[in-house]
Amino acid sequence: MIHELVDYETLRVIWWALLGLLLIGFAIMDGFDMGVAILLPFTTKTDTERRIAINSIAPVWEGNQVWFILGGGAIFAAWPLVYAAAFSGFYGAMFLVLIALIIRPVGMKYRSKIFHPIWRAVWDCGLFLGGFVPSLVFGIAFGNILTGVPFYFDETLRSFYTGSFLDLFSPFPFICGLLSVSLFTMHGATYLALKTHDPITTRSKKAGVRAALVSMILFTVGWLWIKNGWVPGYNILEISGFDEPSNPLGKIVTQDTYAWLTNYRLYPWMWAAPALGYGGACLTAVLLLIKHPGKAFITSAVAQLGVISTAGLSLFPFILPSSTHPSSSLTIWDASSSHMTLFIMLASVIIFLPLVLIYTAWVFRVMRGKVSEEDVLTNTQSY
Amino acid sequence: MLDLDISQLSRLQFGLTALYHFLFVPLTIGLALLLAIMESVYVMTNREIWRQMTKFWGLLFGINFAMGIATGITMEFQFGTNWAYYSHYVGDIFGAPLAIEGLMAFFLEATFVGLFFFGWDRLSKVGHLTVTWLVAIGSNLSAFWILVANAWMQNPVGSQFNFQTMRMEMTSFYDVIFNPVAQSKFVHTVSACYVTGAVFVMAISAYYLLKGRHQELAKRSMTVAASFGLASALSVVVLGDESGYTTSQNQKMKLAAIEAMWETESAPAGFTVFGLPNLETHTNAYELKVPWVLGLIATRTLDTPLLGIKDLVTQAETRIRRGIIAYGALYNLRRGTGVPDPQTLSLFNEYQKDLGYGLLLKRYTPTVTDATNAQIKQAAWDTVPNIIPLFWSFRFMVGIGFTLIALFATAFYLSAKRRLVESRWFLKLALLSLPLPWIASELGWIVAEHGRQPWAIEGILPTSLGVSSVTSGQVWFSLIGFVVFYSLLALVDVVLMIKYIKLGPGQEPLPNLRTKRRIA
Repeated sequence: MIHELVDYETLRVIWWALLGLLLIGFAIMDGFDMGVAILLPFTTKTDTERRIAINSIAPVWEGNQVWFILGGGAIFAAWPLVYAAAFSGFYGAMFLVLIALIIRPVGMKYRSKIFHPIWRAVWDCGLFLGGFVPSLVFGIAFGNILTGVPFYFDETLRSFYTGSFLDLFSPFPFICGLLSVSLFTMHGATYLALKTHDPITTRSKKAGVRAALVSMILFTVGWLWIKNGWVPGYNILEISGFDEPSNPLGKIVTQDTYAWLTNYRLYPWMWAAPALGYGGACLTAVLLLIKHPGKAFITSAVAQLGVISTAGLSLFPFILPSSTHPSSSLTIWDASSSHMTLFIMLASVIIFLPLVLIYTAWVFRVMRGKVSEEDVLTNTQSY
Repeated sequence: MLDLDISQLSRLQFGLTALYHFLFVPLTIGLALLLAIMESVYVMTNREIWRQMTKFWGLLFGINFAMGIATGITMEFQFGTNWAYYSHYVGDIFGAPLAIEGLMAFFLEATFVGLFFFGWDRLSKVGHLTVTWLVAIGSNLSAFWILVANAWMQNPVGSQFNFQTMRMEMTSFYDVIFNPVAQSKFVHTVSACYVTGAVFVMAISAYYLLKGRHQELAKRSMTVAASFGLASALSVVVLGDESGYTTSQNQKMKLAAIEAMWETESAPAGFTVFGLPNLETHTNAYELKVPWVLGLIATRTLDTPLLGIKDLVTQAETRIRRGIIAYGALYNLRRGTGVPDPQTLSLFNEYQKDLGYGLLLKRYTPTVTDATNAQIKQAAWDTVPNIIPLFWSFRFMVGIGFTLIALFATAFYLSAKRRLVESRWFLKLALLSLPLPWIASELGWIVAEHGRQPWAIEGILPTSLGVSSVTSGQVWFSLIGFVVFYSLLALVDVVLMIKYIKLGPGQEPLPNLRTKRRIA
């Protein structure tokens, strides 16, 4: 059969990398939309200014959001056990994210359609939450994955989450949450600085520099946390094979104090990831200060890539470790779809993702240039 | 461990959020194509009015589109949050079309929809027209992939159970895409969406004509809507018949329940136009039957009998008994380590087709294999869906379908005779018809999905087993949250729609709050 062109083990590694790629794509593309939404109260003072900020993302944010939707779909198709265990386990957090993401499209479209200060203030608040809540919860979710999630599977592979909603908010995940908020804020600030005129530009630069510094500090704190073994990692002691049918109950896993650093010890090139995280954030601050927002946007994107890769490489081959039943942990070797499905999905990605990138780039090219007060006031289509 | 309340609550939440989503999707799909048609006329004739029309209907499209997105996000993630076991059990097949939908269709639609609104002055005429067409194509492709996923729930082809992974796995992607149910569902559903778009345009144009406003725009819109709508309404009904045929092939119970057909009828079966099904006596009172029609629709022959509910229950009972053997063999296979015992394996392979029927017993006895005869009989009757809502939903849906054909035909005739503007009775009728396509769409969804019960995946996985291990408190919380939130937003959507319909085309840019003072 054609799907045997690529062996199962390789496909699993490829799909681990693609999952990372989709998350990074989401952080880079939708990250700046969320950042702009978070920055609305801080960088815009008048209604016109606020509309300029909103209209800077209005033509592109819907496409950007598909990175999030596709991320969900890809996890469903490629890592069904992860999709099942994580989303039902994080039930309350997912509900919060969904509500926040429901406000976003409506808020963007409806905010300026009625001329009333209270109406607009309510939607402004909604837009802020639509950016802030998902950013925070995604970081917290990532933090919880690093600390391990309390869940197990019974013999029919039904997953049971044994923690509570509030358990998600322990200190380390909370730091990860704040880190993701500050990273998205930095990213949004570079975009706003690029797409607007003064005074929004100046305010965005200032906010962006601050967010970059906060990101670097939080990234360091998180790193120290792991380096000192306050967040233990996990190790696979025994597994039947890398190309066996996906059965998460067929291995032995232990909690191990410094296990999240193992990969970095074995493969020193992986240090490039945290280096890109730091370097990206640092350069972003510098470039914003010397007024190169376009370049700052790129370095900020590199920072998103660096930070997400740092966590992903540290976890490898784990996707969702279990803190209470480590052997129920989901790894890339036992949580994937079948060989055939992984192959078909890879083929679709190879065909369609380049197309998506090409037409997205074209749309950004068409919409290039700064958004001015005049655009907002004279264009009947603006938000 | 499994609380039945959870499954009912989860169904309620999924059903309600799906019905909300489906309030907005048909209009998005229908209007997108109408916009593309109107703009094509603009580019070909170069007449400004057609550009105005595209922009005006586009504005209303945008208000609706935002709600479609907002309600759609929930759908993509709800399988994981509320149907975790379902997601594990069939994600290998079901996840693929959903992911491809995002990659191939939704990306296209969502990326270009921004340019549709913001690209008017930045693109050439043909450039903008291309963008509009891409949005329309994207939304249609989107429907295609979602319906491929849905069709697999009705008719799970191209897949097989794997005891090692304890789930269904794909064996042929080709079969999944070219599932006959997917094709008949796709054409039936998108035609219904086009009808929705056409009725929307027609009703609002009728409103303008009644008020004597924006006559040029309204007349042209009405003409487009009438011809487009007539073609679509005809295809909804004709292709609905195709749906009936495919249903008779693989979901005999659904068809029998829709017809409240208790006994097997000799061929060709008659279609019950009216009747009062009685669930106690298993008969229908005051039946009014049209001979031959059902047999012709469902079997396309004059000599194939259609099985009635009672005979189908007997068949289900046989399959449940075989399912018990399959479940027992599976249990032994899962327990053993190393190389599976070849005898158990061949036993399982022989009976695995009926494993799903064995799982129906989980409600009554978690061990399945110790089920009593009474429990087996009970489980067999569980395969009968809820007859009364199906029976009536179907009849109202079909009634609306024919009504709309008549409506569009009249509109088409009047507009050809150039008597549209003066036929005020018709304009009033058109305006009053506005809610009909929505009602029909929701009823159609109920027939398709409520009629699939007790199965999440027909014959494979009972719905009650598909749920997540969450508490009823959690589901109550999210259920109430979604309903309150969606209702508020739907209200806002309607308020804005009415406001912008009343304002009419050619309005000014959105006003600003011209205040220099600091805002919150």
